[in-house]
Amino acid sequence: MNPIRARGIRKSFGALEVLKGVDLDLAKGEVLCILGPSGSGKSTLLRCINHLERPDGGMVELNGVPVGYRLSGTTFRELPEREIQKQRAAMGMVFQRFNLFPHLTARQNIMEAPRRVLGLSATEASQRAERLMKQVGLAEKVDTYPGALSGGQQQRVAIARALAMEPSVMLFDEPTSALDPELVGEVLDVMRSLADSHAMSMIVVTHEIGFARSVADRVMFMDGGVVVEQGKPQAVLANPEHERTRAFLRRILE
Amino acid sequence: MAGIGNQAGLPSVLTDEQLASAQLLPRKQPWTWVAAVAVVLVLANALYSILTNRGFGWPVVGEYFFAPQVMAGLFTTLMLTAISMTLALLLGIIVAVAAASRNPVLSSVAKGYIWIFRAIPLLVQIIFWYNLAALYPKLGFGIPFLPPVVEFDTNSVITAISAAIIAMSLNEGAYMAEIVRSGLNSVDSGQREAARALGMSSWDSFRRIVMPQAMRVIIPPTGNETLSMLKYTSLVSVIALPDLLYSTQLISSRNFEVIPMLLVASLWYLLVSTILMVIQSGIERHYAKSVVRP
Ligand SMILES: Nc1ncnc2c1ncn2[C@@H]1O[C@H](COP(=O)(O)OP(=O)(O)O)[C@@H](O)[C@H]1O
Ligand SMILES: [Mg+2]
Repeated sequence: MNPIRARGIRKSFGALEVLKGVDLDLAKGEVLCILGPSGSGKSTLLRCINHLERPDGGMVELNGVPVGYRLSGTTFRELPEREIQKQRAAMGMVFQRFNLFPHLTARQNIMEAPRRVLGLSATEASQRAERLMKQVGLAEKVDTYPGALSGGQQQRVAIARALAMEPSVMLFDEPTSALDPELVGEVLDVMRSLADSHAMSMIVVTHEIGFARSVADRVMFMDGGVVVEQGKPQAVLANPEHERTRAFLRRILE
Repeated sequence: MAGIGNQAGLPSVLTDEQLASAQLLPRKQPWTWVAAVAVVLVLANALYSILTNRGFGWPVVGEYFFAPQVMAGLFTTLMLTAISMTLALLLGIIVAVAAASRNPVLSSVAKGYIWIFRAIPLLVQIIFWYNLAALYPKLGFGIPFLPPVVEFDTNSVITAISAAIIAMSLNEGAYMAEIVRSGLNSVDSGQREAARALGMSSWDSFRRIVMPQAMRVIIPPTGNETLSMLKYTSLVSVIALPDLLYSTQLISSRNFEVIPMLLVASLWYLLVSTILMVIQSGIERHYAKSVVRP
C-alpha cells in the first residue's frame, strides 16, 4: 500500500485557485522531488497533504486511511481536531525557514512533541534527541540554542525534530532555499543518507536539480496548480516533454 | 587637502612594525567627569537640605515607619496589587485569545470589553462596583430571563475589598489584554505552524511554544502596569478602604504631621517599587536566556 495517495486536490485562497486537481502517489521508501516555479502551489500541496490547510476538494490518504475525514456511508465527515493531530504527527515536515523554537535548546526542540504527543518519558525523549542529533552529525550541539547555530545546523536540527516523531513520510518544503550556498551541502547530505536507508518515504520540494537527479526516484513538475509532467529524473530533467518544463529548467540551470 | 592626511595615496611614514605593535588608548572623555562632579554636587546639596530642614520631620517618620496602622495599610496595598494584577493577567490572556479568535461572537465580546473598560475612569469603576447594591440588591446565577438558580444579597458579596478587586482587575484586564495581544502578535506564525505540523494540540502549542516567546514582549509593559497599579490602589480611599496612602493620611489627620506621614508612605512605595523592579529584571533575564549566545 502506498503511504500517500492524493486524488483531485483542489485549493483556493479567495478568488485565486492555487491547486486545480492534483493527483499524487508516494510509494514506500520512494523519494519524490517536486519542481516548479514560485507560486505554482508546491507549498500549498504539501500543506494540504498533512492537513495544515484543508483542501476544498479531493482527498488524501495516509497508509490507506483518509486524512482529516472519516467515511460514513457515501460521504466523508470531518474528524475532530484531536484525530487530525494524530495523523499529522505521522507526517514529518521540514520548513524553508526551519521554524525551530528559539526559546528551547536543540534537545528540548526535539523532545517537545514526543513528550506531549507520543507520551514519551523525559528520559526516553532525551535519549531519542541524542540519537537523532548524532544521526544529523550534531551530537556536540545537543544543548545549544537555535540562535547559536548556523542556518545549515538549524535545518539539520529541524530534520531531527521531525524524525523524532517516527513519521511514515517526510515532507520537505524547499529545505535549502534559505541557506547560504556553502551550507546547502550539509543539509542535502543528511537528506541523502535518509533516502539511502530506504526506510523513509519522502516528498521534497526543491530547486536543487543536482539533488533531484542523484537522489530522487521520481521527479514531478508543477506549474499553475497542476502537475505538468512526472517521471524518472533522467527523463524529466534531461528530456522534458513540455515546453513549460523546459523553460523552467533553462532558467534554473543557467 | 591640508590636514586630511595621506588621502592622495602617498607612501605611509609608519613602518609595518609600528602599525602591528601599535599601543591603543581609549578616547578621552572629559565631559563624563564634569557631569559626574556636577551631579554629585547637586545631590549632596539636596540631601543636606532634606536632612537638615526640620519641616521633613525625620524623627516622626522614624516613629511611624513601622506603626501597626501603616503596616496594615501596606498589607492592603500589596494584597490589592497582587490579587488584582494576577486576575488581570489571567483575564488579559483569555480576552487576548478571544479577541484573536475566528469566532466572530467571541472576538466582538472581547473587543467590546477592552473598549468599555479602558474608556471609563478607574475611579468611576471603583465607585460603581461599590454601589452595585443600589442598582441590583440581589445577585444570582441562572439562565437569562429565567429565575436564578442561586441568589445572594449584593451587600454581602460586595465589600470594599471585593469592589476594589473587581474594579481594578476588570480595568487592568483590559490593558493587559492589549499587552498580551501585542505579545502574541510578536511570535512568528511559523512557530505555531511547526508545532501543529508536529501534531501538537493548539493548547500545548499555546502553552509551550507561543506563550513563552510572547512573554519577552509582555513582561516589560506588565512590570510598568504593576508599578502603576501599586500606586493606583490609593484610589480605593474613595470607598474608605485604608491602603498605605490613606492609612498615613488618617494618621496625619490626627497628629497634623502632613509631610512626615507622606514621607512614610513615599518611602514604602519607593522600597516596594524597587523590589518589584529587581524581580522584573530577574524575570526578563530568565526569558531572554535563549537569545544569549554561549
Ligand atoms: N494562506 C494563503 N492565503 C492567501 N494566498 C496564499 C496563501 N498561501 C499561499 N497563497 C498563494 O497561493 C499561491 C501558491 O503559493 P505556494 O503554494 O506557496 O506556491 P509555491 O510554494 O509553489 O511557491 C501563491 O500565489 C500564494 O500567494
Ligand atoms: Mg513554497
